[in-house]
Amino acid sequence: MTPGGTPGAPGVVVVTGVGRYLGAHVAARLAADPRIERVIGVDAPDSGAEFTDLLDRVERIRVDAGSLGGLLADLDVDAVVHLALVTSPDPQHGGRSAMKDQNVIGTMQMLAACQRAPRLRKLVVRSSTAAYGVSFRDPAVFTEETEPREVPRGGFGRDILDLEGYVRGFRRRRSDVTATVLRFAPFIGSTADTTLTRYFSQPFVPTVFGRDPRLQFLHFDDALEVLHRSIVENHPGTYNVAGPGVLSLSQAIRRAGRVAVPVLEPSLSGAAALARTMGFGRYGLDQVDLFVHGRVVDTSRLEQEYGFTPRSTAEAFEDFIRAHHGGRVITRDQLAAAEQLVLDGIRQVRSAARERSS
Amino acid sequence: MSGSEEGRDPQSVGRFDVPQQSPAPDAEPARRNGHRPAAQVAPTPTPTPMPPPTSGDAGVSGGTEPAVSDRPGDHWDRKVANGLAFLRRRLSGDYEVDEFGFDSELTDAVFHPLLRLLYRDWFRTEVSGVEHVPLDGPALVVGNHSGTVALDALILSAALHDKHPAHRYLRLLGADLVFRMPVVSELARKTGGTVACNPDAERLLGGGDLVGVFPEGFKGVGKLYADRYKLQRFGRGGFVSAALRTGTPIVPVAIVGGEEIYPMLADIKPLARLLKLPYFPVTPTFPLLGPLGMVPLPSKWLIEFCPPIPTAHLTDSADDPLVVFNLADQVRETIQQTLHTLLERRPDPFGP
Repeated sequence: MTPGGTPGAPGVVVVTGVGRYLGAHVAARLAADPRIERVIGVDAPDSGAEFTDLLDRVERIRVDAGSLGGLLADLDVDAVVHLALVTSPDPQHGGRSAMKDQNVIGTMQMLAACQRAPRLRKLVVRSSTAAYGVSFRDPAVFTEETEPREVPRGGFGRDILDLEGYVRGFRRRRSDVTATVLRFAPFIGSTADTTLTRYFSQPFVPTVFGRDPRLQFLHFDDALEVLHRSIVENHPGTYNVAGPGVLSLSQAIRRAGRVAVPVLEPSLSGAAALARTMGFGRYGLDQVDLFVHGRVVDTSRLEQEYGFTPRSTAEAFEDFIRAHHGGRVITRDQLAAAEQLVLDGIRQVRSAARERSS
Repeated sequence: MSGSEEGRDPQSVGRFDVPQQSPAPDAEPARRNGHRPAAQVAPTPTPTPMPPPTSGDAGVSGGTEPAVSDRPGDHWDRKVANGLAFLRRRLSGDYEVDEFGFDSELTDAVFHPLLRLLYRDWFRTEVSGVEHVPLDGPALVVGNHSGTVALDALILSAALHDKHPAHRYLRLLGADLVFRMPVVSELARKTGGTVACNPDAERLLGGGDLVGVFPEGFKGVGKLYADRYKLQRFGRGGFVSAALRTGTPIVPVAIVGGEEIYPMLADIKPLARLLKLPYFPVTPTFPLLGPLGMVPLPSKWLIEFCPPIPTAHLTDSADDPLVVFNLADQVRETIQQTLHTLLERRPDPFGP
């Protein structure tokens, strides 16, 4: 599968999107691996200096995606990890159009650059379980073979479908490159900062009335582990990456000690659309659809191929709760105390009644 | 009414589960079925372990005539404590949901007790042939659909869970319309249902679950009262290919009684189209009495499980339309014939 070079760990690795949380952590982790000679972090020219302390062993190059092609060829790159995806529109950074530029156009340009890189033998692309789309006729559990039945309403879901289409084309043209597509469930963890972690950090959490979606999370550290293994080992193909097991949204909200506020679906969609046009809030139709349909994937292919099982959805969520216990409205101890109080009350009333009757 | 049945034919083992229980009442908490009248129940639970807090009268309870005044109190104490613990677990999210959204704790504690009232006391359901449902491992239970509202599926799952010696859950496959509707979709998922599609059916069967399907779908539920107990077309036989692919035995089941609960006299098609429903029923009570028309008529129900049809030897023919259609026809014929024999046993639809 890998003409030239040794199988296993590549020499020069390019990581895109190092200006973001996931990219910075992956680059730092690969740089700490002695098997890898050089880690080059690529980032948009206007990105901030947020993760500089994390990236001190990573060579950083600020370049726009269009001029990536020459760079990959010049650097004799062996492997590319494409992580520069935006999951929700950021009103401060151009909103939805900038998000689409980054996700779709950025990926196209990156793949075009990869196609012209002669030494390239490994490509790892971050995708999402949003690739399965949403439909009421969907099976309960998605395997990697499941085709999306309907194109999702949300921008991110549509971007992911486009992105995977481009990777399929790349695979056809460069069959000598080991291409790994990782469909990640939403990240959660003690330090990760994502749309979902912000959502669960609020004391009162909006949900869709009459819907209790089944959710899966992936612990951030497990995402790093899988990405790391994808680079130093050979795992061609597409894999679902999620914590085994399921939490229903109501259950997750209760475990986090938050209070659910059910909202009718049309008004929630309307509010999401309104928030987007007004330019605030990062919740979009992607989130609304996730909270109507839920999304559960089968991870047995990952477990077999990688020999690695991410920690379960419940454990990952527990880790998140421990780190975000501040906003709790109801705690487990309070509930236990209330239960004890009621029981004691009944016991007292009954013993008083018994004394009076005897 | 069950007491009189018991006296009449105690030798017909399997037709009713009640006689099987009476010889060994303390073998297990047998009141799961709770089928005996209250007068009989009272003496039997005495040998059950006493709750620790009121250990003082533990010695007394062994006798035939325990401290009568104290008994209901202990019972209620336990009930309240269990109820509170249940409430705390629910409120703090301390329960498990499987990947299809099935919440066994909620089903046991809330949905099955409600359905039990309905199938046992309202519909006086008699179940026979439970021995044809395997004790463990997968099986595909295929039934006839009826009743305007698909209550028969819920009744079947609750009755099967109660009467089956292993208390197995029936995982129902529902039309996607069920999962389009808010609230209803979540009730369906929480009670173990999922969308009727081959990936889900095969996944459940592959996991060793008991899966229930009604291949007639809306054609069966939405047929007129005049067509009662006439099986409708079985569609493409997708359920057969799911069974064949997993080598799962098919257990046909005939349900009598569902047709009379909401006898559908007419179908207002324009209104159905307007509301995007497959049909809009007119029953003797429904639009006329408003919400009161939602109360199902108390028909007498008979459920009979037929001997399983093995499919393990046909695993390679899952894509052979001839095999699939033949097997679907066989299942259909079995259900139709069983329906006829059950109907002969029940001359009066609203009888005792």
